[in-house]
Amino acid sequence: MFIQDNSIIMDVKKTFTFILSEIKPKGKVFTPFNVISGAIILLGIILIIFRFAKGLGAVTNLSQEYPWGLWIGFDVVTGVAFAGGAYVLTFMVYVLRMEKYHPIVRVTVLNGFLAYVFYAGALLLDLGRPWNVINPIIGNSFGVNSILFLVAWHFMLYMIAEFIEFSPAIAEWLGLERIRKVLNSLTLGAVIFGITLSTLHQSGLGALFLLAKGKIHPLWYSEFIPILFFVSSIFAGLSMVILEGTISQRVFKDKISPEHRASHDEIVIGLGKVAAGSMFVYFFMKVLEIIHGGEWNLLFTPAGYWYLVELCGLVLIPCIIYAKGVRDGSTKLLRVASILTIIGIIVNRLNISIIAFKWDAPVRYYPSWMEIEITLAVIFAEIWVFRWIVNRMPVLNEHPFEKDIG
Amino acid sequence: MDIRRRTFLKIAGLTGGTLVSGGFKNAQAVIQDPSLPDFSGMLIDTTMCIGCRSCEAACNEANKLPPPKVPFDDESVFEKYRDTEPDVYTVVNRYPNSKDPKNPIFVRRQCMHCNQPACASACLVKAMEKTKEGPVFYNKEKCMGCRYCMVACPFDMPKFEYNKAMPYVRKCTFCYLRQKEGKKPACAEACPTGATLFGKRKELIEIAKTRIYQNPDKYVHHIYGEAEVGGTGWVYLSSVPFEQIGFKTDLGTVAYPELTKGFLYGVPIVLLLWPTFLLGISYSNGERKNTKEGWKDVYSR
Repeated sequence: MFIQDNSIIMDVKKTFTFILSEIKPKGKVFTPFNVISGAIILLGIILIIFRFAKGLGAVTNLSQEYPWGLWIGFDVVTGVAFAGGAYVLTFMVYVLRMEKYHPIVRVTVLNGFLAYVFYAGALLLDLGRPWNVINPIIGNSFGVNSILFLVAWHFMLYMIAEFIEFSPAIAEWLGLERIRKVLNSLTLGAVIFGITLSTLHQSGLGALFLLAKGKIHPLWYSEFIPILFFVSSIFAGLSMVILEGTISQRVFKDKISPEHRASHDEIVIGLGKVAAGSMFVYFFMKVLEIIHGGEWNLLFTPAGYWYLVELCGLVLIPCIIYAKGVRDGSTKLLRVASILTIIGIIVNRLNISIIAFKWDAPVRYYPSWMEIEITLAVIFAEIWVFRWIVNRMPVLNEHPFEKDIG
Repeated sequence: MDIRRRTFLKIAGLTGGTLVSGGFKNAQAVIQDPSLPDFSGMLIDTTMCIGCRSCEAACNEANKLPPPKVPFDDESVFEKYRDTEPDVYTVVNRYPNSKDPKNPIFVRRQCMHCNQPACASACLVKAMEKTKEGPVFYNKEKCMGCRYCMVACPFDMPKFEYNKAMPYVRKCTFCYLRQKEGKKPACAEACPTGATLFGKRKELIEIAKTRIYQNPDKYVHHIYGEAEVGGTGWVYLSSVPFEQIGFKTDLGTVAYPELTKGFLYGVPIVLLLWPTFLLGISYSNGERKNTKEGWKDVYSR
C-alpha cells in the first residue's frame, strides 16, 4: 500500500516536472513572426487594461446607435462560424465513419476548441460587466426566453465537449495510457452532443438578429437567418480547415508523417466537394429568400449591389471554383476557393451585424484602430497557443499507440 | 348528432377561413391581450404639450441624475434634435407643425414600457423585466452589460454608460418605486397642462379614443402605441401624422418576443431528435478497425 502511494506521488512529480520542461519555447525565439506578433499581443494587453480601467468608450467606437461592433460582429459571430469545421468533421468521421478524414480530426477539433476559447472568450472584453457572465449559468437569473441565453449555455457546453474530444491527445502527451482509454471512450458521446449543440448555437447566433427587425436592411434581414447561419457555418468551417491545413502542411512539415502528407490532397478534394455542395444549397436558399420576400427592387440600389457582390462574388463564384477544383483534382483551385469563401463569410457576418445594421443611420460605426489591434492580438494569441500545443502533443502526427490497436 | 347542411357549411366556412387567414399566426391587430394584467400606463397628448420641460426637470430630480448641461428653462435646446442619454431619461423635442405652422409640436421621448418588451425577451439574465405593475424594470445587479437589449429595442431606448469602468444600462424607470408607494411618476405630477397623463392603460386608451371622437378634426385617428409592437404602456395622441413627429410607423403590430418564438420552439425538438438520429447513424455504420484480417467494420457496441 505504502509503496503504491509513493509511486503515485513519484508519477505526479514526474508529470509536473515534464509539464514545466514543456512550457519553455522550442526552436528559435526571435523569428520575424514572433517579434511582430509578440509586439501586437503586448500592445493588445496594454489596451485591454486601459479598456477595463476606463470603460468601453475609451477604446471602441461603439455608440448608443451601435451597441455591437467589431468584437461581436467579427470576433464572436464570424469566429464561431469558422470554428464550424470541428462539428462537420467529427460528423463525417465519427457518425458517417469516413475514415479517410481521420488524420485531420484532431487538429480541426483543437482549432475549433481554441477558436471558442479565444473568440467567444473575446466576448468578455465586450461585456460591460464581465464578472456577471456567470449569472446565466449559476445564480437565479435564467432568461430562458432569450436566444442569447441559449447561445451562452451552448458555448460553454460545446467548449467542454470539444475539450473531451481533444483530451486523449493531452493524455498521450503526458503518457497516461489508462486515462487515455477512458477519455477515448467518451469521444462518441462528446461528438454527438457537440454536433447537436453546434446545430443550435450556429443557428442561434443568427437567431440573435431576429430581434433586430427593422434595424437590419431588408435584404439581409430574414426570418430564415438561423438556417442560413447554420448552412453557411458548414462551408465556412470546411474552408477554414482547407486553408489551415495548407498552412500547417508547410509550417509543421516535420510533424506530419509521409502517409498523411500523401493523403492530404485527397482529403482536401473530399472537403471541397462537401463545401461546393453546401454552398450551392446556401446560394439556392438565398435566392429563394429574395423571391419569397419580394425584394427584387431593392437589388438595384447601392445596398443591392453590395448584396450581389456578397452573394455572387463571394458565394456563387467560390462555389463554382470549388466544383471545378474537385472535378479537375486541383488543390490549388480549392485553396483559392477556400480563401474567397472565407472572405465571403466575413463579409456576410459583418453585413448582418454591422454594415447592414442601421444602414440608414446618420452616423455610421467604424471600428477604432484599438478595436482592430485587440482583435489582432486575440488572433495571434490563439496562433501562439495552437503552435505550442501542436509542437508538443500528438495532433498532426499519428499516435504511437494507434498503430498497434486492433 | 345530425349535421345539417347549413351547419356543415358554417363549420367548413369557418375552418377554411381560419386556415386561409392563418389561424396559427397571432392576430395582426391585437389591441391588448386580455390575459395581460391591468398595467399602469401613460397618455401623452402632444397637442397639449407646451414644451416647458417640467417633466425633464422632475425626472432629473426624482432619479437623482446629474445636473443638465443646459438649464431646464433654456429653450435653445429645441434647435437640435435630442435623444435620451444614460443620465437623461426623457427629452422633449420640437417639430414643425404641418397643420398649424405657428404652433410647433413638442414631443416627449423616453422608454415606451412595452406590454411585451423586446429588451426583456433579449435579456439572458432577466435584468430587464416587465413588472406586473407596468414599468419595464432594469435590475442593475443582474446585468452583464452585453447590450443585446439595445440591439433588440425597436425604440432604441436603453442607453449604455460607455465611459464608465463599471457601467450600467440606463433608461426611464417609469418611477417604479414611486408607483409602489402609491405616488404618480414624477413627470406626470409635474406636467402643468395634463399632456402627460398617468393611469391604467386600459382607461387611458378609452380617454384617448374619447378625445379623438369628440375632436375628430383635431387629432389623427390613431393612438400610437395601442397596437404597435403588440402595444406599449405609454401611448401617444397627435394632430399630425406620427411619422412627421419622429415616430417609427413601420414597426408592425407583432410583439417582439414572437419573432424568436419559432426558433425557441425548435430547440427542444433538435435537442431530443438530433442525438438519437446521430447515434443511430453512427452505430449502423460500425467502426472501421484494423483487425488481424485487415480493415473491417466492427459493430461492437
